[in-house]
Amino acid sequence: MSLLVVQNLGKSYRTYHSEWQRFARWFGVSVTPRSEQWVLRNIDFTIESGESIGVLGKNGAGKSTLLKMIAGTVQPSEGTVQLNGRIAAILELGMGFNPELTGRQNVMHAAGLMGYSKVDIENAMPDIQAFSDIEEYFDLPVRTYSSGMQSRVSFAVATAFKTDILIVDESLAVGDAAFQRKCFRRLEGLIAQGTTLLFVSHDIDSVKKICKKALFIDHGRLVEFGDAKKVCDHYEKALFGKSDKQKDQKHVVLLDATLKSDCEVSYGDGRGTIANIVLAGAEGDQANVFRSNEDMSIEYDVQFHEAVRSPVFTCMIKTKEGIAVSGTDSTFLEAEVVDASPGDVLKVKFSFSAALVPGFYYVNCGVRDADASEAGFIHRRVDAAIFKVVSGDDTTALVGVADLQARLEVSTP
Amino acid sequence: MYSLFKSLWQYRNFIFSSISNEFAVRFARSKLGGLWMIIHPLSQVAIYALILSNVLTAKLPGVNNKYAYAIYLLAGMLAWSLFSEIVTRCLTLFTEQGNLMKKMRFPRVTLPAIAIGSSLINNALLFTAILFVLACLGQWPGMELFALIPLYAVLIAMAVGVGLVFGVLNVFVRDVGQVVPIFLQVFFWFTPIVYPVSIIPVELKQLVLLNPLYMIVGGFHNVLAYQQLPEIDSTMIVLVVLSGLLMFLGLFIFRRAAPEMVDSL
Repeated sequence: MSLLVVQNLGKSYRTYHSEWQRFARWFGVSVTPRSEQWVLRNIDFTIESGESIGVLGKNGAGKSTLLKMIAGTVQPSEGTVQLNGRIAAILELGMGFNPELTGRQNVMHAAGLMGYSKVDIENAMPDIQAFSDIEEYFDLPVRTYSSGMQSRVSFAVATAFKTDILIVDESLAVGDAAFQRKCFRRLEGLIAQGTTLLFVSHDIDSVKKICKKALFIDHGRLVEFGDAKKVCDHYEKALFGKSDKQKDQKHVVLLDATLKSDCEVSYGDGRGTIANIVLAGAEGDQANVFRSNEDMSIEYDVQFHEAVRSPVFTCMIKTKEGIAVSGTDSTFLEAEVVDASPGDVLKVKFSFSAALVPGFYYVNCGVRDADASEAGFIHRRVDAAIFKVVSGDDTTALVGVADLQARLEVSTP
Repeated sequence: MYSLFKSLWQYRNFIFSSISNEFAVRFARSKLGGLWMIIHPLSQVAIYALILSNVLTAKLPGVNNKYAYAIYLLAGMLAWSLFSEIVTRCLTLFTEQGNLMKKMRFPRVTLPAIAIGSSLINNALLFTAILFVLACLGQWPGMELFALIPLYAVLIAMAVGVGLVFGVLNVFVRDVGQVVPIFLQVFFWFTPIVYPVSIIPVELKQLVLLNPLYMIVGGFHNVLAYQQLPEIDSTMIVLVVLSGLLMFLGLFIFRRAAPEMVDSL
């Protein structure tokens, strides 16, 4: 018997000419609604136990509605969800928490809301307390918690009981990195114990990492259901509007308009200005999403307002956390030095291989005097651009910063 | 309908712990804590009893006892406060818990059950305070007290029915939430609580007799103020049937609307 069978599932929101018609309908009067808006329709799929599923789709595609219908909080308008097992859903962390109650009392309450008996909850309590890892705060009112602490406790409760299906809706994007890692480890542990995970995320890489299969929903329709890697690739393609011709992954370059730096810091002594910072792929077309180990470049224009003797151009790539990954300048690269006169515009281009682990990276650009001992910049722009590195066929590393082109040999002596 | 009660039974622990949490939250960070649960109703009752009988020396027509009017008023308030508290809480129940209903799967019927449970506890405390004051005044009612049990059952059934119907309608038409408190005010003055029914002009009396709460409040008066058993006649039977029907209607509408409620919240 399959764990979850979804047949011809659909959800529509109806409006009536008058609310009285809605009330009359409860008493068996048949009424045609004024308008019926389908947010999800004709969804069919079957999940066997032990398969973890990623749910992909743009905002408003109907992912959350689908999950709510599977979780049972929203009633389908047509079709059926047949569930053969126990289900738990984390649609939002911290549901049912009361700030005046202690962590422990809230755990009792939230787990009670999930339908567990007092004995079950008390048995699970040590595990919840250990996973929350907030020490004496566990017996203090939740209003004294930081938001991260509250997430810890609520994630701990939601995953404390073994269920056949666990639904996780984008709620893991909270808390510090260490806690996120801990959450993923817990999810991986649950999968290993046989729980089937239904996981919604915009982060394609985490879907690829933890899910075997994936569902791709667009405009309320099921576009594809199958092997996670394949569906993720198709989703990515749909997301960035790429045609089938550019199938060769090596040359796929993408532009994500949402990747814009919102925390740029700019300073300098006014003798010149850096403008038009552009990231480009191997063929020189503008991009900000690269596959790891793909060739990429950072280009910018420098306009000089005063004469500068042999200016030095700098470029640095940093992680989200601000750790410098790689920084270089034109002196170190032994580029030909030209003197700039007022009004000159120079075009600068740094090219390199994106030997990086999938993730987000920030770019600094600068121009300064040849004499490096005078640290003053003519103009420097910190966090001026963001780019994203996604995994590709050449990717050899999953965690950390640098992709060192790892190779593996296993042999018997 | 059977499944409603089954899920109530399955979630009984949750209901009890929610009620106790509600009181814990109400008195969190206060020094006297749970004592306030007693102090509030007790002071309310004591003030009524003292002011009305000793300062204003209000008298109940036909009863030669200086405490009679105060006790009459308390008896009426006891019944009315339960009715109005259940109705008011059910009214905003679903609109306030909207997010929870959207994000968690649990039997919705636990929400009114929690509201009714905590209203009952509040009322039980008020009742205790009244009994305490009655004992101090030497007006202890006696065995007639047990006659309050069926009266309570009828009162609760009626309040739950009315509360659920309006609570569900309020999800779809928010004006209901504004209208019902006004409606309750009018109803309060249409029920003989602060005045004895004997002072009503004859032509209005028929109207008051149509008020289903009149019979129930009258029963409370009989037991606590006149120390008699409530009259059992045909109107009482009509009342029992009516309150049963109201409660059934409330549960029926609640069941039919439950799937649609989440969509509108």
